[in-house]
Amino acid sequence: MSDSKSIFIKEATLTSADGEQRQFIRTALGGYYKNRDIYQARYRDWELARDAASLAKWSAVNNLAEVLEKFVAKFEANGGKVHWARDAAEARKIILDLVAKANATAVIKSKCMTTEEIHLNDALEKAGFGVVESDLGEFIQQLRGEAPYHFVFPCMHLKREAISELFTKHLGTAPTDSPEELTMIARRHLRKLYITADVGITGANFLVADTGQISITENEGNARLTAAMPRVHIALSGIEKVINTIDDLTVLLPMLATAGAGQPMTCYNTLYAGPKKPGELDGPEEFHLVLLDNARTQILADPEQRDSLHCIRCGACLNVCPIFKNIGGHAYGTTYQGPIGSVITPHLRGLKDWNHLSGASSLCGACTDACPVRIDLHHHLLQNRRNAAKVVPNLFDRVFHGSFNFVIQRPALFSLGGKVFRKTFGLLKHLPLPYLGTWLKSRDLPAIPQKSFREVWKDSKNV
Amino acid sequence: MRVSLFIPCFIDQLTPQVGLATAKVLKKLGQEIEFNSSQTCCGQPSYNSGQWEIAKEGAIRSLEVFKDAEVVVGPSGSCVAMMKKFYPELLHGTKYEAEAKRLSQRTFEFSDFIVSQLKITDVGATLNKKVTYHDGCHALRELRLKEEPRKLLRAVKGLELIETEEAESCCGFGGLFAVKFPMISTAMVQVKAGALARTGADYIVSSDPSCLLQIGGWLSREGKVIRPLHIAELLAMGIDDV
Repeated sequence: MSDSKSIFIKEATLTSADGEQRQFIRTALGGYYKNRDIYQARYRDWELARDAASLAKWSAVNNLAEVLEKFVAKFEANGGKVHWARDAAEARKIILDLVAKANATAVIKSKCMTTEEIHLNDALEKAGFGVVESDLGEFIQQLRGEAPYHFVFPCMHLKREAISELFTKHLGTAPTDSPEELTMIARRHLRKLYITADVGITGANFLVADTGQISITENEGNARLTAAMPRVHIALSGIEKVINTIDDLTVLLPMLATAGAGQPMTCYNTLYAGPKKPGELDGPEEFHLVLLDNARTQILADPEQRDSLHCIRCGACLNVCPIFKNIGGHAYGTTYQGPIGSVITPHLRGLKDWNHLSGASSLCGACTDACPVRIDLHHHLLQNRRNAAKVVPNLFDRVFHGSFNFVIQRPALFSLGGKVFRKTFGLLKHLPLPYLGTWLKSRDLPAIPQKSFREVWKDSKNV
Repeated sequence: MRVSLFIPCFIDQLTPQVGLATAKVLKKLGQEIEFNSSQTCCGQPSYNSGQWEIAKEGAIRSLEVFKDAEVVVGPSGSCVAMMKKFYPELLHGTKYEAEAKRLSQRTFEFSDFIVSQLKITDVGATLNKKVTYHDGCHALRELRLKEEPRKLLRAVKGLELIETEEAESCCGFGGLFAVKFPMISTAMVQVKAGALARTGADYIVSSDPSCLLQIGGWLSREGKVIRPLHIAELLAMGIDDV
């Protein structure tokens, strides 16, 4: 068993047995479901909006090279500088070099999962640069020294008391039960850092090709400060974030908010176009954009799963996923949790070590129905299972399914096998058999019938 | 119509009463019933485990079993989804593709067949019971059947249908998922069956017997009084009571 799989099994076993924590997550998501339903109902036709959002992403992703070139030309014409990174190591190096060149002593960051994907904070810290997360949830997770639990709601697993204790420990503040006061503590602490930071690092929700702008969506205003106050702004984005036109945002921005957070619109939606121009009062002196591939072109080359590049990282699939709700975000051990994470992580980090995530699904399809850009998520999990069976031969599975097929190809043998199973079930249920023994650990089987359907049918020839 | 019964392997061996009830209700509705005893399993366990080459052999076998059927009706949203939706995908690009599509068009889930093909909602059943309904994921999201079973239930005289917010949540069965990741599967059924049990209904009804194995298996282990019941069994019971 791979390390990643054994860690997954261990963590999932722990969390799925923690009834209190599971209930806490379900309660936390309860408010989201209510608001999501309210704001989805305000669309004249949510399904049609999904078609439009999906088409907006499809038309860019399926013409990626051309749309990217168009975006880059516009972005650089606006005064920004683009850097291309093939993988995480290249992206880290580019960013570290830029930070060093800026003679930075302090770096401030707004929420960006792509920086988690390339493990940027570790690299910055190892190189001696202090970096502070300015998104409240990410700030809390950074203080805890823990990865985000959910890629949109990084600390949704924490109760208020835990956050209060954390602040008392690290910031020396008085304990409080008030969410407003907790927010103000973080705000007071972070405000001064925007002013002292030399470099601000952000992500990008969309790269708008026809205007050369990057679009950032946030609720706290911290990304605006991160992008505007420091001398140097560095944005990191996957290449799949590009869209054709600014008009596409009219559908993508509200859907991102509604599907992701149950909001009609996110509080701040900002378009950034280049550094401070002569005569302008504020803005960064330099504006760099690092465009990351990191296996995205590999997904692009897979016609079956190309649509997973439509992902706008809204997190709707996590919010409805019964697996996520019962094992929590940390069990995955991935940057991107939940169904989309289970689909793309094998591409990002290798099918051999990450295929178990595709197996750990009942294939219920709630994710696919929730996805605002119509990614065929649960069928991609099936395809990952098929692909894994080819590249990582599983002897047990081959023998089990080979034998099963041998039996089902022969009705008489199937009938006999069923009969033997039923007649000996009283004995079998006490044996540590694979699958059957596992089932019986937490569940019963119905009373085993004397005769199978086919036997009764043959006997009576009528009903 | 001449209905060829598709009785999934575990119904055949573990819950034959579901198959018998299916035949009984369809017969009551004037259908001619046949059962080809050379059928075994649709191959879904292998398909879901990524063993598609092995699953193809099961699919090809089913094409042969049902090649002369006028219509194929099965009392399982999941197994019907395998034949109706996944066979054509599995056999895409092979010489069996056309036959897979032909079978797909003639195959129906039990409640879907009665409501959308026979255009019947009232099968003439009476049952003074309270029930709650569980949507099996394959019926709901692969076959898009939501109203069909409910129409049948609402037409049963004396029956009270109690809906829950968890009606569409997965029960955690997922085929071999239930035994490959038993801790997750059990946590899921705890949420699902727990919510259904709290309705105070007499029965948890579903069109998917595999979900009922999971839900019923957990309820039985936990000593809950609410019982799982396949919709065909419920309708058959209601016909008896008339």
